[in-house]
Amino acid sequence: MQAQLRKSLPQAAIAWFLASPLTLVLAGFLVLPIVMIVIVSFWGATEFSIYPAFLFDNYEFLLSSRVTYAVFLNTAKYALVTWAITLVLGFTVAYFLAFHVRSLTWQVALFLLCTIPFWTSNIIRMISWIPFLGRNGIANSALISMGVIDEPLEWLLFSDFSVILAFVHLYTLFMVVPIFNTMMRIDKSLIEAAYDNGATGFQTLTNVIIPLTKPGIVIGSIFVVTLVMGDFITVRFMSGSQSANVGRLISNDIALLQYPSAAATAVVLLITVLIVIGILLRFVDIRKEL
Amino acid sequence: MTETTDKTTQSTRKGVDRRSFLKGSAAAIGAAAGSGAITGFPTIWAQNIQNITLRQFGTGVSNLNEVAQKVKEDLGFTLEMTALDSDAVTQRAATQPESFDIADIEYWICKKVWPTGNLQAMDTSRIANYEKIVGIFRDGKLTPDSEIAQGTAPHTVGFTSGPGGTDFVAEESGWMTLIPTIYNADTLGIRPDLIGRPIETWAELLNPEFRGKASILDISSIGIMDMAMVCEAMGEITYGDKGNMTREEIDKTIAIFTEAKQAGQFRSFWKTFDESVNLMASGEVVIQSMWSPAITAVKSRGIPCVYQPLKEGYRSWGGGIGLSKNLTGLELDAAYEYINWYLDGWVGGFLMRQGYYSAVPETSKNHMTENEWGYWFEGKEATDDILSPFGDKLAGAGEIRDGGSFYDRMGSVACWNAVMDENQYMVRKWNEFIAS
Repeated sequence: MQAQLRKSLPQAAIAWFLASPLTLVLAGFLVLPIVMIVIVSFWGATEFSIYPAFLFDNYEFLLSSRVTYAVFLNTAKYALVTWAITLVLGFTVAYFLAFHVRSLTWQVALFLLCTIPFWTSNIIRMISWIPFLGRNGIANSALISMGVIDEPLEWLLFSDFSVILAFVHLYTLFMVVPIFNTMMRIDKSLIEAAYDNGATGFQTLTNVIIPLTKPGIVIGSIFVVTLVMGDFITVRFMSGSQSANVGRLISNDIALLQYPSAAATAVVLLITVLIVIGILLRFVDIRKEL
Repeated sequence: MTETTDKTTQSTRKGVDRRSFLKGSAAAIGAAAGSGAITGFPTIWAQNIQNITLRQFGTGVSNLNEVAQKVKEDLGFTLEMTALDSDAVTQRAATQPESFDIADIEYWICKKVWPTGNLQAMDTSRIANYEKIVGIFRDGKLTPDSEIAQGTAPHTVGFTSGPGGTDFVAEESGWMTLIPTIYNADTLGIRPDLIGRPIETWAELLNPEFRGKASILDISSIGIMDMAMVCEAMGEITYGDKGNMTREEIDKTIAIFTEAKQAGQFRSFWKTFDESVNLMASGEVVIQSMWSPAITAVKSRGIPCVYQPLKEGYRSWGGGIGLSKNLTGLELDAAYEYINWYLDGWVGGFLMRQGYYSAVPETSKNHMTENEWGYWFEGKEATDDILSPFGDKLAGAGEIRDGGSFYDRMGSVACWNAVMDENQYMVRKWNEFIAS
């Protein structure tokens, strides 16, 4: 049967045929919408309608506004800080699971434990911080009754602190999973060899484990950075609407029917994120490593 | 034309004698009147109307399932309700006219949406209670000697030149854009227990005493008005028209608030009703822009909260029902029936018992107890517990409504929710304010 098919169709045709379902799905649900967004970003808008045109107004306004730069900077700040914290946390958790927990059963059990919070919606996980961190919330009343502070800490909620806290809470798992996955595939004999050659624990970490975990780190970083840069709801709720990131800029525009302006912002954001991913991929050849 | 008339008259004379003709028509009139008296509405086409479904969408305030149920009971047709936030409502009314039959929108949204031609003008001669509609929605005057407030006052966008008109006219032209349904006067909400002193002016929102404990709503078109009320009360800016600011006025207003924001005046901004309730109830915020039912929601948790009347007056808003241009024939008749039913009093009573006002208060009175009417409308002391339509206790005997009677509250409106000529500029500045 297979031989027959091979005979009747040339190799290349089979390859194209097998790839076509995914190509069609990606073309219809990824490429086409992006093309639409790019096209609309050149359109014009009145207060309640949009009209086809080829204008650079949207980009001109976007790129000449001081606010755009401030907001992109703020977005980058959130992404960078969240990335650094989730990396340290994620790496540590994955390291513990992969190298300190010896039995596979426990590894699986503890790994599942990490995922339990993710059984609830991420909006709920985020909002549940609000009563906890509030002025009269559990955190403040506990600290006051312990005598650590006299006045409630105002910066716990509706601040950059709470935004980043929520991001870390929401996205650390996206770092743990790929790092844990690559660590599990490190040949244990390499680590034994390092010990045998007299490497200290720290030297083994920096010379053996981290280089071999790089693909996992990069994949995790891509997850976290893209999620944080594309977010708008976490920033809105946790900053009490007082801070802005690019996602909020877009959502405000959409709410006010300014689709072309929203599309232009989305295009700029897309380019920024692609550049970041491009840089990350310079560090490791994912196709080779996987 | 004359010829035909003559012929008809002649044939009538010939065919039926005068006596039986009179008898017959009297019976027909009697039947029609009788059926009208029973249900309050003509039932001549009641058979077909059963199958009609009207799709209504609007903001949460008046899109209540109780109304849809009552429509089914009283009028026989089905009303499907969709509740959206005001941005989404504007968007849908402006861009998807096929997706609705009835739009329940605010007057400032009407100013934006009407020029698109997605709504059709309504013939006031088909509105039974038109003459009883409050003056605010007709000539703009609550009482003959009251002054018209700034902003998008409902009567300025309430009438159009005729069927098919996409303009607004100043006089009562007989063609209405929206039939008014619900309105209220908004002010600041405060936590009297946490403030501990009288609050009398909008300027208190930026009083450094409340640093980190104030809030304002993050809906640009309404937020800018609250800001203007504050800036004017502080004596910082005198506006030509708060509802239609110049670029310079917008810049100054936003600058004052940006400075306050950077000094940490605001704890948070809110966008949804629930957020405003939670901020107030948890004590995160002690003074903020608020909507009347949110005050009720805080109070019903047993937390003191006052809808504080302020000396500069209220920021008011009004909503109404508009008909999609796609409504025709029987469905259009059904929509008119619905409008007439809406103004007939039951809905009015239902809304007024939540603290809103109805466009035809005198018909609503029939659906309220004397105590309720006294408390909500006349600003009298409650003689007994005041319950919401959902059964929650809102006030006890001896309490009076914040701000007093209908004429006290609606009589001191300083400005109406509005959409400005410089709206796009204002929105951009608003975004800068949020991002600063």
